[in-house]
Amino acid sequence: MTPPKPPLPRSLQRKPAKPGANGAGANGSARADQKGQAPTLKDQAIEVPVSAIGWLDERTGASPFLRGFLYRKVPKGTNWFYTLGSASMFAFLSQAVTGVFLAMYYEPDPARAYESAARITNELFLGELVRGMHRWGSTVMLLLVFLHLGRTFFFGAYKYPRELNWIIGVILLVLTLLMGFTGYLLPFDQRSFWATVVGVNLNSSGPIVGPYLADFLRGGPEFGAYTLSRFYAMHMLLIPGLIAALIGAHLYLVAKLGTTAPPWLKAEKSKALSKEDI
Amino acid sequence: MAEPKKNPRQRKSRYTADRGLAGAFEDETVTRRRLFEGGAQVVGGVAVAAFALPALGFALGPMFEDQLPEIFQDVGPERDFNPETYVPRVISIVPEAGEAGKATIYVRRTDPERDQANQDQPYVAISTRCAHLGCPVRYVSASRRFICPCHGGVYGFQGEVTGGPPVRPLDRFYTKVENGRVMVGARFSLNSKLERFPHPRDPSNHLDGLWQYLYPSRPST
Repeated sequence: MTPPKPPLPRSLQRKPAKPGANGAGANGSARADQKGQAPTLKDQAIEVPVSAIGWLDERTGASPFLRGFLYRKVPKGTNWFYTLGSASMFAFLSQAVTGVFLAMYYEPDPARAYESAARITNELFLGELVRGMHRWGSTVMLLLVFLHLGRTFFFGAYKYPRELNWIIGVILLVLTLLMGFTGYLLPFDQRSFWATVVGVNLNSSGPIVGPYLADFLRGGPEFGAYTLSRFYAMHMLLIPGLIAALIGAHLYLVAKLGTTAPPWLKAEKSKALSKEDI
Repeated sequence: MAEPKKNPRQRKSRYTADRGLAGAFEDETVTRRRLFEGGAQVVGGVAVAAFALPALGFALGPMFEDQLPEIFQDVGPERDFNPETYVPRVISIVPEAGEAGKATIYVRRTDPERDQANQDQPYVAISTRCAHLGCPVRYVSASRRFICPCHGGVYGFQGEVTGGPPVRPLDRFYTKVENGRVMVGARFSLNSKLERFPHPRDPSNHLDGLWQYLYPSRPST
């Protein structure tokens, strides 16, 4: 069985020469340059990206991997619900990209945070758009993650052998919620400040370990000088790193184990197996 | 005479010399390959621990050091305060945090008849940090009550809970008088009998009966 070839756009595919053209043989395989004539500019231009990709491919072995990863078989009945996982990942990528650029202008200092966030919205070119994408994108990401969880649950896609992927997914859900919690403080207005105070004290209400958890989040017994930068570091380094690593593991398992058919599809019985020998 | 078949697992001797390995020593049981494999694992583990443990300690350190120095702050002359009503004052809870580290407190003179507990404190300085989840309560002088805007906690004149979700009375601060000025110091928490707990607890931590053992004092307070 040969896997399908990666679909090069037709304009990039080599056309065989017409029979008889340029004095080529009857099968049309000979190219112009092989006859001693200079290759056309178009042929040369096509050669550049092809050879660059070929150079990379030869050294990384990427194309067999990508062919297996991107052109893997999916069960009959695969539908739009199966795109919610990719949608969640693209929401995360959008958050990552907009977050990196917001970090260029944001100052995680209790005295400067509110002004710098206000400056992003009110003064910087496209600042309102990028901050808005990050702010609304967080809600969209949570919605998509929950829909993805619902799809997995109602399609029974968490069952053997995919239990580990379900567990990784639940950890990703918790990390996504933590992203929302830590990111909520960063605008540093009255709402985000008091919401974070309440949220941290909710952590503190757990017996024995709760107060220590709250101390860890605040970096001390009171909301202090470093609480904001702690939340900032968790929001932009610690948790996204964990999420990215776990998305990698999640995707690896999806590619390895394959996806499930929707539950309304009955398994096709093989005639050979169902025949009874008496 | 046929020998009984040996278990193939037992056939290998644990001594490398018996197994005919090149360069084996007498009584040697660990091959050099295994020694180097184990050594590489140990070296890798030590290298990871060398950066991971200090980094972890750096991140967790604030949980284990006492960060609240005992400083007294001047909140005004004695004549500003009376036993009948509370006067609002702003103090710095965390001076390094700037505006975010400031908080309102309510101060009145201790009334020997009304205040049975904590009579060693010349003034009652009540924290506005709600004992439910830490929102800022305000004093309503008409009803002589503290009311929390977030979840409806209500406290009486002493800071004792009279309604809503709070689990214990409002925290207070130590007070003293110096040269006719009222000084406000460190925070302390109270249980519902207004008994003092010198190490302040977080909001939401119960302090009555057996509950107090589920929320022990922390190194950071």
